[in-house]
Amino acid sequence: MVADTAHPDLDSAGSPSPALQVRAWIARRTEAVAIPLGAVATGFALFSLFLIALGKSPAGFLDLIYRGGFGSPFALQNSLQRAAPLLFAALCVALPARLGLVVIGGEGAIVLGGVAAAAIAPALAGLPPVLGIPAMALCAALAGAAWIGAVGALRAYRGVNETIASLLMSYIAIALSNHLIEGLLRDPSSLNKPSTRAIAEAFRVGPMPGMKVHWGLGFGVLACVAAWVLTERTTLGFAARIAGGNVRAAQIQGLPVGRLIVGFTALGGALAALAGFFEVTAVHGNANASLVAGYGYTGILVAFLARQNPLAIVPVAFLLGGIEASGGLIQRRMQLPDATVLVLEGLLFVLVLMSETLYGRYKVFSPHLWTRTRAAAPVMAVAS
Amino acid sequence: MTDIGLWSVLIAVIGGAIRVSTPFLFVSLGETITERSGRINLGLEGTLVFGAMSAYATAVLTGSAWAGVAVAGLAGGAFGLLHGWICRFPRVNDVAVGIALMLFGSGLAFFFGKPFIQPSAPQLPALAFGSWSDLPQIQAALRVNVLFVIGAALSVFLWWALRNTRVGLIVRIAGDSADAARAMGYDVDRVRLLATGAGGVLAGIGGAYLSLYYPGSWNEGISSGQGLMAVALVVFARWNPLACFGAALLFGGAGALGPALQSVGISQGYYLFYAAPYVLTLGVLIATSSPDRALAGAPGELGQGK
Amino acid sequence: MVAKHSLSRRTLLGGTAALGLAALPFGTARAAGKMTVGVIYVGPKDDYGYNQAHAQGAAALKGMAGIEVVEEENVRETNDVQKTMESMINLDGASLLLPTSFGYFDPHVLIEAKKNPTVQFRHCGGLWTEANPKNAGSYFGYIAQGQYLNGVVAAHATKSKKLGFVAAKPIPQVLNNINGFILGARSVDPSITCQVIFTGEWSLAVKEAEATNALIDGGADVITCHVDSPKVTVETAARRGAFVCGYHADQSALAKDKYLTGAEWDWAPIYKGFVADMQAGKAPPNFLRGGLADGFVKMSAYGPGVSEAARKNADAVKAEMMKGGFAIIKGPLSDNTGKQIAPAGKAYAENAIELESTNYLVEGVRGSA
Repeated sequence: MVADTAHPDLDSAGSPSPALQVRAWIARRTEAVAIPLGAVATGFALFSLFLIALGKSPAGFLDLIYRGGFGSPFALQNSLQRAAPLLFAALCVALPARLGLVVIGGEGAIVLGGVAAAAIAPALAGLPPVLGIPAMALCAALAGAAWIGAVGALRAYRGVNETIASLLMSYIAIALSNHLIEGLLRDPSSLNKPSTRAIAEAFRVGPMPGMKVHWGLGFGVLACVAAWVLTERTTLGFAARIAGGNVRAAQIQGLPVGRLIVGFTALGGALAALAGFFEVTAVHGNANASLVAGYGYTGILVAFLARQNPLAIVPVAFLLGGIEASGGLIQRRMQLPDATVLVLEGLLFVLVLMSETLYGRYKVFSPHLWTRTRAAAPVMAVAS
Repeated sequence: MTDIGLWSVLIAVIGGAIRVSTPFLFVSLGETITERSGRINLGLEGTLVFGAMSAYATAVLTGSAWAGVAVAGLAGGAFGLLHGWICRFPRVNDVAVGIALMLFGSGLAFFFGKPFIQPSAPQLPALAFGSWSDLPQIQAALRVNVLFVIGAALSVFLWWALRNTRVGLIVRIAGDSADAARAMGYDVDRVRLLATGAGGVLAGIGGAYLSLYYPGSWNEGISSGQGLMAVALVVFARWNPLACFGAALLFGGAGALGPALQSVGISQGYYLFYAAPYVLTLGVLIATSSPDRALAGAPGELGQGK
Repeated sequence: MVAKHSLSRRTLLGGTAALGLAALPFGTARAAGKMTVGVIYVGPKDDYGYNQAHAQGAAALKGMAGIEVVEEENVRETNDVQKTMESMINLDGASLLLPTSFGYFDPHVLIEAKKNPTVQFRHCGGLWTEANPKNAGSYFGYIAQGQYLNGVVAAHATKSKKLGFVAAKPIPQVLNNINGFILGARSVDPSITCQVIFTGEWSLAVKEAEATNALIDGGADVITCHVDSPKVTVETAARRGAFVCGYHADQSALAKDKYLTGAEWDWAPIYKGFVADMQAGKAPPNFLRGGLADGFVKMSAYGPGVSEAARKNADAVKAEMMKGGFAIIKGPLSDNTGKQIAPAGKAYAENAIELESTNYLVEGVRGSA
């Protein structure tokens, strides 16, 4: 899954000059950007054919996507807002993926995190917000960590398939949350929409400076960067990747595979739960059934589309947020069903995933080409 | 109607198992074929939903429920082949493609299904296996749809065929060791393509059951994750078609527990009762897993990643 | 003609929005003699239920001169609905918004109402109070009256003396409907009981079908419900041979001769009233409520299974209700745990504030609130 290209240019005897290395690096990065962009463009082209077949204007559609998702400050903020929970949800997939695990139960951690934050809030009432808000976040994160970490522990110490276990745990978490929201934690005055007690105004998380988007976006991006550093720049991340590649080899090397699995799944769960925390403190003001909004499932898509790379999650979530933000406009202006954006997203994802096969096929992106001393004219040719 | 007290819970669970299990059964049988050949198709949720929509739409338009089943099977097969075809390309991840196709299939189903939310479609017929009884509850519980019977027979057949037929052997070899299959002269990609296509057909038919029999209606929440759950049940059933039948029945029966308990007056904490199928499945999964041995019955090529 | 006009306006609005003129001066829209109403649904518009009832109300506006209706369905009760409202205001120039789902109100409608003081927000559900923004408001109907009439008709049709109710969640409005249904039935025959099963979700087809089957297995032979889309419940019950009373919209086409009658919303006159107020230059009422007498609620036509006696009985009760002030909850009455709700002589009329916080099921109902 972690299709990191090899570094043949560095291994070759007589290492190339720094300038050539930079060119090789640029070539590789260009490939990593050009191929997905090409796939997205192909997706839009195919979707245009779909629209023409339905007698709708592709140009009008693209215009609405642009206008609804990206073309104005309002549209941009709308997209960013929608991207915020997806960042956390995707990390809940991408971090365990380092160990070769497919965790699809992030939705449960999100909901449980939201409920945990709302549940602890009244107990923190006396604290200054500077302490109270982080305490709420911590409580949410612990709930999520325990939930998804348990999935990891079952995998590591009991051999239980993590994909099915995380899905089951997610359904159980949602049932438990509903039970608590309509029972123990219910605010008696929340008559027709059962909710937990409202979180005190002082403990509400507001928008980021100069924006209408709440802090979930900022912390989400931060979490993605931190996750990238963890997985790419630390020994822990390196150990996880080895364990993900070959458990037995990792064990022989003395790596604590079990603890790595529990740690990475727990971290993923904690981050997913933060999405729930922000929904509760920045959007709803309490925990209620609207927390079950499907962010966890969209997060799976984001993670796979980002090829499990925490940094790539940021642009992918933004693109997705933008498409979803324009969905309403498309419904109202083109009289197309709300599912139109689902079809487009599905198509884009299939093509982006298919494009994985193209890596290394085009000589123009090959580092070899650019580390050779006489720079041959780049030829767009498919390697046999 | 006769009041039969707590017995009604047992009868309801049996009836619920028969009513609710069929989509789980078809999807998990389909996924078993696919996974036995060495591929994972997580997208069967999308196939199930598209099958439900296409079956309903066809039944509305043609007036024939069986035509709906046929179209759902064909559409499901098409989705399966698409998945199989995409995954033939080197370095394409089958789990990820499945998730993308789940979205694509559901999206297309919701898109084209809009005009069919309102109309009523003719329904699939049921067999009255309970006519021996005077109790209407038993008669109702044992009203069995033909697709359930077909699914049950299919699970026995697949169990036998995977062990005893040449095709079954080829599928298993492709799933256990691609290299061995190639050495024996089989085209592994083609085997997996066809196995994924067959899996799609079954999932599509499972969808037809949802919209044309039980609950017998088309709307966007008709599946709400049943396809995903059914794929998960394959691991639970250890890739064994007979065990898939058992798992589907168990899961369906546990799902009937919540409403049945309320109907006899146990109404506190219904959310928790509704979670019974998940808790039960998780419990059995934990109890039957073991840290020492690899999952017994798991095809060797599964989850190898690319 | 109308279509052409609206198209050019859309282009114009789209153009200005793209230029960043989000705060389109309101006068322009008024001067053009056009008013845009934005309607937001939580589910599909043709669900044979809650959303369809609102969509029918919105459809009644579409024919009116000078009115443009923009609609969005399947909008989640999250930030999404805030963005949809903002988009309708900024890009479509909507001056009246009708976010129809319960969960849209707090905090979403309240936030947007504060942000957009020149736009009127009317939310379905009766949650508005004096403390909320003045450009917001709510409307709702006493539909428990309809369920009471359902109960009267059901009482004449049942042979087992057991009724069944498929309910989403034990919230006051659902509990009032269940209480209305059983009290209507018991006004005919006090020996009748009603079993209720909660599904826990507003829309979940398989669970609704299972609940319906469980009710019928338990002996119920007349079924009604309070979920977003009654389609699955109605069809499942009719296939099992039970009679059905509808809810939200007219489901007679789904159950044929098994359909007795049904409690339906009629939002068209309310929506037309809002629009008329706005066109006359004044704000629509902040708090609007009504029942059968006010035309907020109506009954489906009687099905063939309704006997002559049942019709007469139900028509007589309906005539009482049309006078206004009809009390469904009146003493002596206990809840189903034996606790007294109303002593003899005490009656809660349809608009009694106490009914907003109902947390009990009356005697005769099997199930717990």
